[in-house]
Formats: sequence, C-alpha cells, structure tokens
Amino acid sequence: MKAFHRVIDIQADLIAGSLTCVELVNHYLTQIQEKAHLNAFLEVWADEALDKARLVDAKIASGSYGKLAGVVIALKDNLSYKGHKVSASSKILEGFEALYTATAVERLEQEDAIFIGRTNCDEFAMGASNENSAFGPVKNPFDESRVPGGSSGGSAVAVAAGMCHCALGSDTGGSIRQPAAFNGVYGLKPTYGRISRWGLLAYASSFDQIGPFAHSLEDIALLTQIMSGADSQDATAIQEGPLDTWTYTEKKNRRFAVMKQAVEHPGLDPEVRDTFNQLLDKLRALGHEINYIDFPLLEQMVPAYYVLTTAEASSNLSRYSGMMYGYRSPNATDLESTYTRSRTEGFGPEVKRRIMLGTFVLSSDQYDAYYEQALKVRRIIQNETDAILDHNEALLMPTTSTPAFKLGEKSKDPISMYLADLFTVQANLAGNPAISIPSGTTQSGLPIGVQLMTSRKSENDLYDLSELIQKLF
Amino acid sequence: MKITDEKIEALAKLARLSFEGPERENIRQDLENILGMCEQLQQVDTTGVEPLIYMSESHTVLRSDVVIQTISKEEALKNAPKRDSDFFRAPKVIDQHD
Repeated sequence: MKAFHRVIDIQADLIAGSLTCVELVNHYLTQIQEKAHLNAFLEVWADEALDKARLVDAKIASGSYGKLAGVVIALKDNLSYKGHKVSASSKILEGFEALYTATAVERLEQEDAIFIGRTNCDEFAMGASNENSAFGPVKNPFDESRVPGGSSGGSAVAVAAGMCHCALGSDTGGSIRQPAAFNGVYGLKPTYGRISRWGLLAYASSFDQIGPFAHSLEDIALLTQIMSGADSQDATAIQEGPLDTWTYTEKKNRRFAVMKQAVEHPGLDPEVRDTFNQLLDKLRALGHEINYIDFPLLEQMVPAYYVLTTAEASSNLSRYSGMMYGYRSPNATDLESTYTRSRTEGFGPEVKRRIMLGTFVLSSDQYDAYYEQALKVRRIIQNETDAILDHNEALLMPTTSTPAFKLGEKSKDPISMYLADLFTVQANLAGNPAISIPSGTTQSGLPIGVQLMTSRKSENDLYDLSELIQKLF
Repeated sequence: MKITDEKIEALAKLARLSFEGPERENIRQDLENILGMCEQLQQVDTTGVEPLIYMSESHTVLRSDVVIQTISKEEALKNAPKRDSDFFRAPKVIDQHD
C-alpha cells in the first residue's frame, strides 16, 4: 500500500477505483497487528471499521459521500463515542461505556470518517510521556527505548507508524504538540473553544482542547474545520460557525517573534537549537523578519499551569466516586470508605498527586497565595502574549527542548517531567492556537518539532505561516 | 513550603484519598517539591491585576428553557457498579446503634 500524506490523495484513488475503503482498513488493521508491541491502541474496532468501510465504498460508488470518505481515524481514549468503551487509560473507568458521542467525533462521523479504535494515553491526560497509563506505556516507533510523549502518545504513534491516517488527541498543556514533535507528525491545539469539549473527559476545563494529528497541514486544517463551530452542549465554545475552508495565501515579509529566554534556555538540546537557528536563517534569507523578544515570565509558566490545572482537576475528578459508574472497591465497608477506597485503588499515582496539589492550592488558607496568584499571572501571560502578537504575526520556538527521552528517564522525578511542557503551556494559559510542525531529525534519527503560535481565532493564518515553514524542511 | 504529615492527612480526607505506608512520605515529599517550584509565582508583581477566570469571550450563553431528555433511566444505570432495576445501590449511610 502506498503511503498517503493527504486525504485528497486517498480520495483521488478511491474515486479512480484503484483503491477501496475496505482495502485501506484491512491495511491499517494489519499494521496495528504488526506493531501491537508499541501499545498504541487499547481497543481496535475491526468489524465495525470494516462495516463502515463497505458503506463508504458504496457511497463513493453512488457519487454521494462526505468530506472524510476513506479517512481512517483513531480516537484518544478520553473521547466519548456512544456504545464504545472509554477509560482515559484509568482503572477507575475500566469497563465504562460512553452513553453519547463527543461533538467533535460526531461531526467527523457525519462526514464519513471511519473510526478504527481508541488509543492509549496518560491517565486522564496527565503526563508528558504516556508512562502514566494504567495499561502500560506506549513506545516511540523511532526508538523503542524512548517515550512517544504524552499525554496523547498513542494517537501520535498510531499516525506516525501508519496504523491509521489521522488521529484525535486533546491538549491541556502540550499533550498534542509534544507527542507530535516526538513522532515527526503535525499536531494542532486550536484556539480555546474552537472545538466543543462536549464528550471529552475533563482534566482542566479552562485549558482542554481537542485537536488532530496528521501527516499534512491540509489534513490538520480539514479535520479542524469539520470539528469547529458553536455547539449547544458547550457554552464555552466560540459562538461562531465553523472555520472557513483553508486555502494557502502566500504573503511576503512575515514577522516572527522568537523568545530570547527560550533559545538561550540551558536545557535546550544543542541539536534542537541548531535546527531551530538554521530555520531562522532560512526565513531571514527569504526576506522574513525575526524579532527577538524578552519574555521574563517563561519560568513562571509551568508553575502557573500546574497550580491552575491541578485545581481544576481536583474539582473535575471528584465525580469519580465509585457510586454511579466506574470502579467500586470491594474492600469498602461503608459509604465514606466506598469513596475513599474506590478512588485510592482506582486512580494512579500521578492523578492522585495532582488531585492532592489541586486540593492544597484551593484550600482556604492557601487560595490567595497560590490559586488566585496563578490566575493573575495567567492574565499577565495572556496580555504579554497578545502584546507580542500585536507586533508580530507568530511566535516561533522549538516545540520541545529535547527530542524524545528514554522510558523511565523522568518518571521518578515529577518536576523534570513537568518541565517537558516548558514551551507548550503558554498556548493553553493564553488560549491561543499553536501547531507543531515536523522539522527534521537528530543525527540519531529522532524527530524534532517546531512550534508556531498565532493570535486567538486565527487558525487559517497559522496554517499559512506553517506552510511557509514546512517548505523549508 | 513545609508540608507536615497532618497536612497530608487533612488534604487526603478532603480529596477522599488515602495514603498508607511509604506512599504517605512519598506524596508529602512530592507536594513539598512541587510547591517549592510553584513558589516562583510569588515573585511576580500582580498588584492591580485582575484574575483571568473565564477563557471564553462570551460569558453568558443563553438557551431556551426547554426540558430535554438526554439520557434514559436504563442508560443512567448501565455503567453502575451496583444497582437494582430502578436505583443505584450504595452502602448503608447510617449504622443502627442499640
């Protein structure tokens, strides 16, 4: 089977009759089986995907089909799909079956997407390495001794290793962009509210965004466009219709901002820094402007992110009580111990750590010092990000400070793991769209990503700027 | 920030979690370290800055006050760890004392 990078290429072959959806699905199913040791999938919906493939093949034959006919998609295990299991890779939701379909998933389904399975992730999307899954870590296909990144590690690997065409993830502090960078694929976190969160298992509601993984910018734009738009089930979604269809508009003399504190960061890997500096040189040579800017708050972003997201998580995850769904401990003796035992046995260590931290920062004697202070810092970060983007069209930086790290390398030290999010949390703190674009590999063959961020609600401009950059690799 | 054993006990009670044996010291250490990192926030001058609470442009999205049945009783009970035909089953709340 030839490697497809764009939906339009798949559809051209389907329409020409040289390919069928059934062949495509069978191909992916074989890949999933051959690469099962990567642990990217928690469940494969083989029969269902084949049924849908036959249906879409018939639709193509009849000449009336959706925009995603022939597109085989994997779903991160925190997106609800009616009648299918969803567990957020947590033991506390083992066996849970979704009662409704997430709006994002439903909109893709209506355009004839074929869902092939659900992918492994960090438990409740809390992690940067996919090592916090109750179902074991995912391995990086470029080097199986390394992590795939997280939390949407399974989705990134599924796309990178050819087990599906596209995948959905969710991004609270980098959970799409960081694994995209570690696996050499595109990953987008849209503007906060661009895609309805209805049906996404909540981690931190004012940060969470659903987004796609793909092999091309065109597919990122296509999937996002289909999933976007107001939804009566999510009042925090942007109250506008879907995004306009993207077509590339070439513009000259674009202005990119580069954060001094990021390029001079002592933790920045030399190969990542060189790749990034070479990109800047190429952009300058093409007549684009690179403006180095000062952002003294870089080091405060990860702390602000952890205070606020853990506070929201401690509240969001209080629903897992062992009462109405999910795991109930057999070791409980009364109501109170049913709550405590079910949660203690059902949640993994990182989730418990974050619930405890969130409970601490929200407790009445610490509220002002941590939670409220972090909300104010969030305001300053948003204002300063806006100020940068008033004078520049995009903020450009490496997606991550290093390529994929070794399995087990950071899992004993929560703080070093948290710093893996250093360059990605800003977009979630400020609500801006940001994308990770593959930007070559290290000498040893590990993918590197570059991140672009633009103003809120400017996804189509973000794609234009990304197109310009992807041509340079 | 020094985190005491008593503080862990109080937080765990609020969060309906329990930490026993070495786990208790681990979580105490972790919280102390993570809060140490978060103390950097105190260095930021936030005088006169309003907290950023809502990320959406529109804070009040109204809809018509219409009753919609989104989930049936059978569906609601479907994932329950313990149930009968009509209700979720929970352990006894009040013990009977003689």
